[in-house]
Amino acid sequence: MSLYQLSKLLFRLNRDPQAQAVFLSKPETLLADYNLTEEERQAFLSRDVGLLYILGVNGQILMHFAALCGIEWSDYLQRMRDAIKQYGPVRAGIYAMTTSPDEKVAG
Amino acid sequence: MSLVFAGITSHAPGITGRADRASEAQKNAFYAGLERLRAALEASRPDAVIILAAEHFANFFMNNMPAYAMGMGEEYDGPIEDPEWLRIPHRVVKGAPDLGRRLIANILQTVDVAYAEEWRFDHGVMVPLHFLDPNNRMTIIPANINCQGPPLTPLHRAWAFGKAIRRAADAAPERIALVGTGGISHWPATPDSGRINEAWDREFLDRWARNDKDAMLSYTDEETYRDAGQGGFEIRTFITTAAAAGGKGDVWYYEPIPIFAVGCTAAVMEIV
Ligand SMILES: [Fe+2]
Repeated sequence: MSLYQLSKLLFRLNRDPQAQAVFLSKPETLLADYNLTEEERQAFLSRDVGLLYILGVNGQILMHFAALCGIEWSDYLQRMRDAIKQYGPVRAGIYAMTTSPDEKVAG
Repeated sequence: MSLVFAGITSHAPGITGRADRASEAQKNAFYAGLERLRAALEASRPDAVIILAAEHFANFFMNNMPAYAMGMGEEYDGPIEDPEWLRIPHRVVKGAPDLGRRLIANILQTVDVAYAEEWRFDHGVMVPLHFLDPNNRMTIIPANINCQGPPLTPLHRAWAFGKAIRRAADAAPERIALVGTGGISHWPATPDSGRINEAWDREFLDRWARNDKDAMLSYTDEETYRDAGQGGFEIRTFITTAAAAGGKGDVWYYEPIPIFAVGCTAAVMEIV
Protein backbone atom coordinates (compact mmCIF):
# COMPACT_ATOMS: atom_id res chain seq x y z
CA MET A 1 0.00 0.00 0.00
CA SER A 2 1.49 3.33 -1.06
CA LEU A 3 -1.51 5.59 -0.76
CA TYR A 4 0.65 8.64 -0.21
CA GLN A 5 2.55 8.08 -3.46
CA LEU A 6 -0.63 7.35 -5.39
CA SER A 7 -2.30 10.46 -3.97
CA LYS A 8 0.72 12.56 -4.84
CA LEU A 9 0.62 11.41 -8.45
CA LEU A 10 -3.04 12.42 -8.73
CA PHE A 11 -2.40 15.70 -6.88
CA ARG A 12 0.28 16.56 -9.45
CA LEU A 13 -1.97 15.55 -12.32
CA ASN A 14 -4.75 17.82 -11.04
CA ARG A 15 -2.42 20.82 -10.89
CA ASP A 16 -0.20 20.40 -13.92
CA PRO A 17 -1.56 20.84 -17.46
CA GLN A 18 1.61 19.31 -18.96
CA ALA A 19 1.16 16.19 -16.87
CA GLN A 20 -2.47 16.10 -18.01
CA ALA A 21 -1.34 16.13 -21.65
CA VAL A 22 1.11 13.31 -20.92
CA PHE A 23 -1.63 11.39 -19.14
CA LEU A 24 -3.87 11.53 -22.18
CA SER A 25 -1.12 10.28 -24.53
CA LYS A 26 1.40 8.20 -22.57
CA PRO A 27 0.11 7.76 -19.01
CA GLU A 28 2.65 5.08 -18.06
CA THR A 29 5.51 7.59 -18.33
CA LEU A 30 4.03 9.47 -15.35
CA LEU A 31 4.52 6.44 -13.13
CA ALA A 32 8.31 6.58 -13.09
CA ASP A 33 8.42 9.12 -10.26
CA TYR A 34 6.10 7.21 -7.94
CA ASN A 35 6.59 4.01 -6.02
CA LEU A 36 3.28 2.23 -6.53
CA THR A 37 2.05 -1.31 -6.06
CA GLU A 38 0.96 -3.22 -9.16
CA GLU A 39 -2.68 -2.85 -8.12
CA GLU A 40 -2.29 0.92 -7.79
CA ARG A 41 -0.54 1.14 -11.19
CA GLN A 42 -3.31 -0.80 -12.85
CA ALA A 43 -6.03 1.21 -11.13
CA PHE A 44 -4.41 4.41 -12.40
CA LEU A 45 -3.72 3.22 -15.95
CA SER A 46 -7.16 1.68 -16.38
CA ARG A 47 -8.79 4.84 -14.93
CA ASP A 48 -10.60 2.70 -12.38
CA VAL A 49 -11.85 5.48 -10.11
CA GLY A 50 -13.88 2.95 -8.13
CA LEU A 51 -10.77 0.99 -7.19
CA LEU A 52 -8.83 4.21 -6.51
CA TYR A 53 -11.58 5.11 -4.04
CA ILE A 54 -11.29 1.68 -2.38
CA LEU A 55 -7.52 2.17 -2.15
CA GLY A 56 -8.19 5.28 -0.09
CA VAL A 57 -7.66 8.20 -2.47
CA ASN A 58 -9.31 11.31 -1.02
CA GLY A 59 -12.36 12.37 -3.03
CA GLN A 60 -11.08 15.94 -3.21
CA ILE A 61 -8.29 14.57 -5.41
CA LEU A 62 -10.21 11.76 -7.06
CA MET A 63 -13.19 13.77 -8.33
CA HIS A 64 -10.86 15.87 -10.49
CA PHE A 65 -9.14 12.80 -11.88
CA ALA A 66 -12.59 11.44 -12.74
CA ALA A 67 -13.43 14.69 -14.53
CA LEU A 68 -10.13 14.52 -16.42
CA CYS A 69 -11.09 11.02 -17.53
CA GLY A 70 -14.42 12.39 -18.80
CA ILE A 71 -16.45 10.57 -16.16
CA GLU A 72 -19.65 12.47 -15.48
CA TRP A 73 -20.62 13.22 -11.84
CA SER A 74 -23.38 10.67 -11.31
CA ASP A 75 -21.29 8.04 -13.08
CA TYR A 76 -18.38 8.88 -10.75
CA LEU A 77 -20.58 8.29 -7.70
CA GLN A 78 -21.99 5.07 -9.19
CA ARG A 79 -18.51 3.70 -9.94
CA MET A 80 -17.56 4.13 -6.29
CA ARG A 81 -20.74 2.35 -5.16
CA ASP A 82 -20.09 -0.46 -7.61
CA ALA A 83 -16.50 -0.75 -6.41
CA ILE A 84 -17.67 -1.32 -2.83
CA LYS A 85 -19.62 -4.34 -4.11
CA GLN A 86 -16.75 -5.56 -6.25
CA TYR A 87 -13.73 -4.97 -4.00
CA GLY A 88 -15.20 -4.57 -0.50
CA PRO A 89 -14.88 -1.63 1.88
CA VAL A 90 -12.44 1.27 1.58
CA ARG A 91 -9.05 0.02 2.76
CA ALA A 92 -7.27 3.21 3.84
CA GLY A 93 -7.62 6.95 4.16
CA ILE A 94 -10.46 8.83 5.84
CA TYR A 95 -13.32 8.21 3.41
CA ALA A 96 -15.06 5.05 4.57
CA MET A 97 -18.52 4.87 3.08
CA THR A 98 -21.45 5.54 5.43
CA THR A 99 -24.44 4.68 3.25
CA SER A 100 -25.38 1.46 1.47
CA PRO A 101 -23.98 0.84 -2.03
CA ASP A 102 -27.57 0.38 -3.20
CA GLU A 103 -28.61 3.80 -1.93
CA LYS A 104 -28.43 6.74 -4.27
CA VAL A 105 -28.21 9.76 -1.96
CA ALA A 106 -28.17 12.48 -4.61
CA GLY A 107 -26.99 12.17 -8.18
CA MET B 1 -8.74 50.81 9.90
CA SER B 2 -10.41 47.66 11.13
CA LEU B 3 -12.44 44.63 10.31
CA VAL B 4 -15.48 46.02 8.49
CA PHE B 5 -17.35 42.89 7.43
CA ALA B 6 -17.64 39.25 8.49
CA GLY B 7 -19.68 36.57 6.81
CA ILE B 8 -19.76 32.90 5.94
CA THR B 9 -20.80 30.98 2.87
CA SER B 10 -20.75 27.49 1.42
CA HIS B 11 -18.24 26.71 -1.31
CA ALA B 12 -19.20 23.28 -2.65
CA PRO B 13 -18.36 22.90 -6.35
CA GLY B 14 -21.86 21.59 -7.10
CA ILE B 15 -23.28 25.04 -6.31
CA THR B 16 -22.09 26.16 -9.74
CA GLY B 17 -21.02 22.92 -11.43
CA ARG B 18 -24.37 21.16 -10.96
CA ALA B 19 -26.52 24.30 -10.82
CA ASP B 20 -28.91 22.98 -13.47
CA ARG B 21 -29.67 19.84 -11.46
CA ALA B 22 -31.18 21.58 -8.40
CA SER B 23 -34.78 22.68 -8.27
CA GLU B 24 -35.09 26.14 -9.76
CA ALA B 25 -36.85 27.55 -6.68
CA GLN B 26 -34.25 26.23 -4.24
CA LYS B 27 -31.33 27.36 -6.34
CA ASN B 28 -32.79 30.83 -6.81
CA ALA B 29 -33.46 31.25 -3.10
CA PHE B 30 -29.88 30.31 -2.24
CA TYR B 31 -28.43 32.48 -4.99
CA ALA B 32 -30.56 35.37 -3.65
CA GLY B 33 -28.97 34.84 -0.24
CA LEU B 34 -25.54 35.01 -1.83
CA GLU B 35 -26.52 38.15 -3.73
CA ARG B 36 -27.60 39.75 -0.46
CA LEU B 37 -24.23 38.80 0.99
CA ARG B 38 -22.50 40.34 -2.04
CA ALA B 39 -24.37 43.61 -1.59
CA ALA B 40 -23.53 43.76 2.12
CA LEU B 41 -19.87 43.02 1.42
CA GLU B 42 -19.73 45.75 -1.21
CA ALA B 43 -21.51 48.21 1.08
CA SER B 44 -18.76 47.69 3.68
CA ARG B 45 -16.31 49.21 1.14
CA PRO B 46 -13.43 46.86 1.90
CA ASP B 47 -9.93 47.64 0.67
CA ALA B 48 -9.22 43.91 0.80
CA VAL B 49 -11.24 40.76 1.42
CA ILE B 50 -9.76 37.82 3.28
CA ILE B 51 -11.31 34.66 1.87
CA LEU B 52 -10.75 32.04 4.52
CA ALA B 53 -11.27 28.66 2.93
CA ALA B 54 -10.65 25.02 3.61
CA GLU B 55 -8.48 24.17 0.66
CA HIS B 56 -8.73 20.77 -0.99
CA PHE B 57 -5.24 19.74 -2.10
CA ALA B 58 -4.96 22.42 -4.76
CA ASN B 59 -1.86 23.98 -3.16
CA PHE B 60 -1.19 22.25 0.10
CA PHE B 61 -0.46 18.55 0.25
CA MET B 62 0.69 15.96 2.75
CA ASN B 63 4.34 16.55 1.83
CA ASN B 64 4.25 19.76 3.87
CA MET B 65 0.83 20.63 5.24
CA PRO B 66 0.36 23.91 7.10
CA ALA B 67 -2.40 24.07 9.71
CA TYR B 68 -2.89 27.73 8.75
CA ALA B 69 -1.76 29.61 5.68
CA MET B 70 -2.27 33.08 4.29
CA GLY B 71 -1.42 34.66 0.95
CA MET B 72 0.79 37.66 0.27
CA GLY B 73 1.11 37.25 -3.49
CA GLU B 74 0.82 39.92 -6.18
CA GLU B 75 -1.90 37.96 -7.91
CA TYR B 76 -3.60 34.60 -7.97
CA ASP B 77 -5.51 32.61 -10.52
CA GLY B 78 -8.31 30.13 -10.58
CA PRO B 79 -10.16 27.93 -10.79
CA ILE B 80 -7.60 25.17 -10.71
CA GLU B 81 -10.44 22.83 -11.68
CA ASP B 82 -11.58 22.57 -15.29
CA PRO B 83 -13.67 25.77 -15.74
CA GLU B 84 -16.19 23.74 -17.76
CA TRP B 85 -16.57 21.30 -14.88
CA LEU B 86 -16.93 24.01 -12.24
CA ARG B 87 -18.76 26.33 -14.64
CA ILE B 88 -16.75 29.29 -13.43
CA PRO B 89 -14.58 31.08 -15.96
CA HIS B 90 -10.87 31.46 -15.35
CA ARG B 91 -9.76 34.74 -13.77
CA VAL B 92 -6.64 36.42 -12.46
CA VAL B 93 -7.28 37.90 -9.03
CA LYS B 94 -5.50 40.92 -7.58
CA GLY B 95 -3.65 40.22 -4.33
CA ALA B 96 -2.41 42.54 -1.58
CA PRO B 97 1.26 41.71 -0.99
CA ASP B 98 2.02 44.61 1.34
CA LEU B 99 -1.14 44.37 3.44
CA GLY B 100 -0.91 40.59 3.47
CA ARG B 101 2.63 40.77 4.77
CA ARG B 102 1.64 43.15 7.58
CA LEU B 103 -1.35 41.02 8.58
CA ILE B 104 0.73 37.87 8.62
CA ALA B 105 3.46 39.52 10.68
CA ASN B 106 0.88 40.54 13.27
CA ILE B 107 -0.91 37.17 13.29
CA LEU B 108 2.44 35.46 13.92
CA GLN B 109 2.51 37.10 17.35
CA THR B 110 0.10 34.40 18.48
CA VAL B 111 -0.50 31.90 15.66
CA ASP B 112 2.16 30.22 13.51
CA VAL B 113 0.54 30.88 10.16
CA ALA B 114 2.42 29.83 7.03
CA TYR B 115 2.65 32.39 4.25
CA ALA B 116 2.41 31.85 0.51
CA GLU B 117 3.26 34.11 -2.43
CA GLU B 118 1.74 31.60 -4.83
CA TRP B 119 -1.77 30.27 -4.53
CA ARG B 120 -4.10 28.79 -7.10
CA PHE B 121 -7.71 29.09 -6.15
CA ASP B 122 -9.88 26.00 -6.11
CA HIS B 123 -13.64 25.92 -5.58
CA GLY B 124 -13.17 26.83 -1.90
CA VAL B 125 -12.30 30.36 -2.99
CA MET B 126 -13.69 30.50 -6.53
CA VAL B 127 -17.30 29.56 -5.79
CA PRO B 128 -17.62 32.34 -3.16
CA LEU B 129 -15.79 34.84 -5.41
CA HIS B 130 -18.02 33.97 -8.34
CA PHE B 131 -21.02 35.21 -6.34
CA LEU B 132 -19.46 37.84 -4.07
CA ASP B 133 -17.17 39.50 -6.61
CA PRO B 134 -18.72 38.66 -9.99
CA ASN B 135 -16.81 41.38 -11.82
CA ASN B 136 -13.46 40.55 -10.27
CA ARG B 137 -12.91 44.02 -8.84
CA MET B 138 -11.91 43.17 -5.30
CA THR B 139 -8.49 42.74 -3.76
CA ILE B 140 -8.20 39.31 -2.23
CA ILE B 141 -6.09 37.80 0.53
CA PRO B 142 -6.58 34.03 0.59
CA ALA B 143 -6.28 32.15 3.85
CA ASN B 144 -6.57 28.47 4.56
CA ILE B 145 -7.15 26.08 7.40
CA ASN B 146 -6.27 22.44 6.82
CA CYS B 147 -9.58 20.61 7.19
CA GLN B 148 -8.73 17.74 4.83
CA GLY B 149 -5.63 15.83 5.86
CA PRO B 150 -5.50 14.85 9.55
CA PRO B 151 -4.00 15.53 12.02
CA LEU B 152 -6.08 18.69 11.98
CA THR B 153 -5.65 21.82 14.04
CA PRO B 154 -7.80 21.78 17.21
CA LEU B 155 -10.92 23.96 17.24
CA HIS B 156 -9.58 26.17 20.00
CA ARG B 157 -6.66 27.06 17.73
CA ALA B 158 -9.09 27.94 14.94
CA TRP B 159 -10.64 30.31 17.48
CA ALA B 160 -7.20 31.75 18.29
CA PHE B 161 -6.58 32.23 14.56
CA GLY B 162 -9.77 34.28 14.34
CA LYS B 163 -8.73 36.42 17.29
CA ALA B 164 -5.34 36.97 15.63
CA ILE B 165 -6.95 37.93 12.30
CA ARG B 166 -9.10 40.47 14.14
CA ARG B 167 -6.19 41.95 16.03
CA ALA B 168 -4.14 42.21 12.82
CA ALA B 169 -7.04 43.75 10.88
CA ASP B 170 -7.67 46.32 13.59
CA ALA B 171 -3.99 47.28 13.55
CA ALA B 172 -3.99 47.97 9.79
CA PRO B 173 -5.13 51.31 8.30
CA GLU B 174 -7.09 49.52 5.56
CA ARG B 175 -10.73 48.42 5.67
CA ILE B 176 -10.71 44.62 5.77
CA ALA B 177 -13.50 42.12 5.19
CA LEU B 178 -13.47 38.45 6.18
CA VAL B 179 -15.47 35.71 4.49
CA GLY B 180 -15.23 32.20 5.92
CA THR B 181 -16.11 29.48 3.41
CA GLY B 182 -16.83 25.84 4.01
CA GLY B 183 -19.50 23.32 4.65
CA ILE B 184 -21.25 22.14 7.77
CA SER B 185 -22.22 18.44 7.66
CA HIS B 186 -21.37 16.90 4.30
CA TRP B 187 -19.69 13.90 2.72
CA PRO B 188 -18.34 15.51 -0.45
CA ALA B 189 -16.90 13.66 -3.42
CA THR B 190 -17.74 10.25 -1.94
CA PRO B 191 -20.63 7.87 -2.69
CA ASP B 192 -22.30 9.52 0.32
CA SER B 193 -22.28 12.84 -1.54
CA GLY B 194 -25.64 14.52 -0.96
CA ARG B 195 -26.05 13.24 2.56
CA ILE B 196 -26.69 16.21 4.87
CA ASN B 197 -27.44 16.11 8.60
CA GLU B 198 -29.81 19.05 8.73
CA ALA B 199 -30.46 18.86 12.49
CA TRP B 200 -26.72 18.92 13.16
CA ASP B 201 -26.26 21.84 10.78
CA ARG B 202 -29.02 23.85 12.40
CA GLU B 203 -27.61 23.15 15.84
CA PHE B 204 -24.16 24.27 14.72
CA LEU B 205 -25.54 27.42 13.07
CA ASP B 206 -27.45 28.21 16.26
CA ARG B 207 -24.24 27.99 18.29
CA TRP B 208 -22.49 30.06 15.64
CA ALA B 209 -25.19 32.75 15.51
CA ARG B 210 -25.15 33.06 19.30
CA ASN B 211 -21.36 33.20 19.03
CA ASP B 212 -21.26 30.68 21.83
CA LYS B 213 -17.56 29.93 21.97
CA ASP B 214 -17.75 27.05 24.46
CA ALA B 215 -20.54 25.35 22.52
CA MET B 216 -18.69 25.71 19.21
CA LEU B 217 -15.42 24.43 20.61
CA SER B 218 -17.04 21.46 22.36
CA TYR B 219 -17.30 19.27 19.24
CA THR B 220 -14.70 16.54 19.07
CA ASP B 221 -13.44 15.46 15.63
CA GLU B 222 -14.73 11.94 16.38
CA GLU B 223 -18.25 13.30 16.91
CA THR B 224 -18.00 15.57 13.89
CA TYR B 225 -16.87 12.71 11.66
CA ARG B 226 -19.66 10.48 12.92
CA ASP B 227 -22.47 13.05 12.66
CA ALA B 228 -21.24 15.43 9.98
CA GLY B 229 -18.78 13.48 7.85
CA GLN B 230 -15.26 14.43 6.86
CA GLY B 231 -16.72 17.58 5.32
CA GLY B 232 -17.84 18.64 8.78
CA PHE B 233 -14.22 19.36 9.69
CA GLU B 234 -14.68 22.59 7.73
CA ILE B 235 -16.63 24.14 10.63
CA ARG B 236 -13.19 25.49 11.51
CA THR B 237 -13.48 28.32 9.00
CA PHE B 238 -16.85 29.35 10.42
CA ILE B 239 -15.52 29.21 13.99
CA THR B 240 -12.52 31.35 13.03
CA THR B 241 -14.88 33.89 11.46
CA ALA B 242 -16.97 33.99 14.63
CA ALA B 243 -13.88 34.58 16.75
CA ALA B 244 -12.80 37.44 14.49
CA ALA B 245 -16.22 39.12 14.37
CA GLY B 246 -17.13 38.74 18.03
CA GLY B 247 -20.83 39.64 17.66
CA LYS B 248 -24.03 37.79 16.91
CA GLY B 249 -24.62 36.10 13.61
CA ASP B 250 -27.58 36.39 11.29
CA VAL B 251 -28.23 33.37 9.07
CA TRP B 252 -29.76 34.76 5.89
CA TYR B 253 -30.07 31.42 4.15
CA TYR B 254 -29.72 27.79 5.15
CA GLU B 255 -31.24 24.90 3.26
CA PRO B 256 -29.95 21.44 2.42
CA ILE B 257 -29.60 21.07 -1.35
CA PRO B 258 -28.46 17.46 -1.82
CA ILE B 259 -27.32 17.78 -5.45
CA PHE B 260 -25.01 20.60 -4.28
CA ALA B 261 -23.77 18.14 -1.62
CA VAL B 262 -24.04 20.58 1.27
CA GLY B 263 -26.45 22.49 3.48
CA CYS B 264 -26.23 25.76 1.61
CA THR B 265 -25.48 28.69 3.86
CA ALA B 266 -25.17 32.47 3.67
CA ALA B 267 -24.76 34.41 6.89
CA VAL B 268 -23.26 37.57 8.29
CA MET B 269 -21.96 38.39 11.73
CA GLU B 270 -21.91 41.63 13.60
CA ILE B 271 -18.48 43.00 14.41
CA VAL B 272 -18.13 43.78 18.07
FE1 LIG C 1 -14.69 22.15 1.16
